[in-house]
Amino acid sequence: MKILVPVKRVIDPYVNIRVKSDQTGVETDNVKMSMNPFCEIAVEEAIRLKEAGKAEEIIAISIGNQQCQETIRTALAMGADRGIHVLTDNILEPLALAKILAKIYEEEKPGLVVMGKQAIDGDNNQTGQMFAALTNLSQGTFASKIDIEGEQAIVTREVDGGLQTIKISMPAVITTDLRLNEPRYASLPNIMKAKKKTIDQKAPEDFGVDVSPRLKILKVVEPPKRQAGIKVESVSELVEKLKNEAGVI
Amino acid sequence: MTTLFFTEHAKGQLSDQSLKAISGAKKFGDELHVLIAGSNIDDAVAQASKIEGVSKVIHLDNSEFDNILAEKLTTAIFDISADYNFFAAAATTTGKNVMPRLAAKLDVSQISEIIGVESPDTFIRTIYAGNAIATVQSSDAKKVLTIRPTAFQMSLLGDTACEITKVSSENIPTLSEFVSEELTKSDRPELTSAKTIISGGRGMQNGENFELLDKVAAKLNAAVGASRAAVDAGFVPNDYQVGQTGKVVAPELYIAVGISGAIQHLAGMKDSKIIVAINKDEEAPIFDVADYGLVADLFQVLPELEEAL
Repeated sequence: MKILVPVKRVIDPYVNIRVKSDQTGVETDNVKMSMNPFCEIAVEEAIRLKEAGKAEEIIAISIGNQQCQETIRTALAMGADRGIHVLTDNILEPLALAKILAKIYEEEKPGLVVMGKQAIDGDNNQTGQMFAALTNLSQGTFASKIDIEGEQAIVTREVDGGLQTIKISMPAVITTDLRLNEPRYASLPNIMKAKKKTIDQKAPEDFGVDVSPRLKILKVVEPPKRQAGIKVESVSELVEKLKNEAGVI
Repeated sequence: MTTLFFTEHAKGQLSDQSLKAISGAKKFGDELHVLIAGSNIDDAVAQASKIEGVSKVIHLDNSEFDNILAEKLTTAIFDISADYNFFAAAATTTGKNVMPRLAAKLDVSQISEIIGVESPDTFIRTIYAGNAIATVQSSDAKKVLTIRPTAFQMSLLGDTACEITKVSSENIPTLSEFVSEELTKSDRPELTSAKTIISGGRGMQNGENFELLDKVAAKLNAAVGASRAAVDAGFVPNDYQVGQTGKVVAPELYIAVGISGAIQHLAGMKDSKIIVAINKDEEAPIFDVADYGLVADLFQVLPELEEAL
């Protein structure tokens, strides 16, 4: 079985976000970038399935600018086998990403697609579900546990009230939640090995799909700043303030 | 311009999250219909028909929908989609699972987790876990949205019921099936809907000490959360995590105990109405966002707080 793992390059989760002064977006120049944390979990899960003998090949895909090659290299260093880079300087919406991924799916015919539940930049949480719709595959979103049993996957999902278990037909799309696993760090020998792995380069035009934007960002602003409040001296003063001033207890 | 809002329900009650989110959906068009799905749910259907501002309830009366699976529900909604301009649901795990699949079937973009409506085609939503706020305009003919419940007031139920139509869906796909559900058996509310949350950080020193938080939480009917640092240190499981890579919460009261206030944590809780910080390091950045700060040793404060409540 082949596994496809789409990965996204985003601003590192530990970097302070700065909104551009012209309100067109968020500053990404000279900012540290990383693989989206949920995508790291997806890569890790694919590798574990391969290590368990359930998969033979892992293909990491990234759609974006030239630097996305680094993100693919990270996935290759973790243990993916080869990469596909769809080069574009445009920031594509989830629907467009899903359309390109659906075309790659048709070409590669994987048994499973594992991807992050959302990227921590746009916070859209859409691409996996949209891709599943376009390919008419089953979807196991927000997964915290995956068991592949022949033609079916048993997926435990993180839902608002606890956990839900579903059984889905393979091939399937699974999106990862935080508890699924802890991604490994790439070892130095594996980083060196990853440099020799192949990355195919493509362009959105190669796929013949409509990737035009449907949404226009009119402005991006900073959220209202919270004012630091007051210091209280004791627990009793705190309780009194919460009761009588804030009215929250 | 007609909106179809998918409402969730459980144990004969409409979900509070849906009742809040539907207040946002009222701002899209001039007519609002509610879609509710499942068998033997007369009580919930009756409630839905009384939501103020709703002119019609569509009941997908089929046991296939007793547990909501995206493959099945989106097929049923797609079948009736010609009549609608807007499709919306609360940004719960169910809404997030279902609505993007519907959007792709309709070949439209989704606008996720909106917190405001500027006009019928322009919406406000947070990006970067709330570190930036985007105003987004959609050019799609049909619009699919999820709505963040905490951004809207709960809709009230009136006295008069509107029209209820039953729809029996056909050709429901069998790609997926429900196996089981294990809802957290706790007397405590869950993190994403709790009115009060008390969270611990690395300052808690170990997992056993989280019992101190549990005791205070019991008094406040609060959920217990944690910072990523506390999760990474192995004190508590990952589902406790509040932050950019964990759960984003906005309770009435958030009490941060022994949490320094890393960006990653602040991103997950800074929309809380009232923030209390308890930390012995008075330079901790958490105090910059706290309404009430108490510089003290948490091991003294927590038993005192439990006593005082």
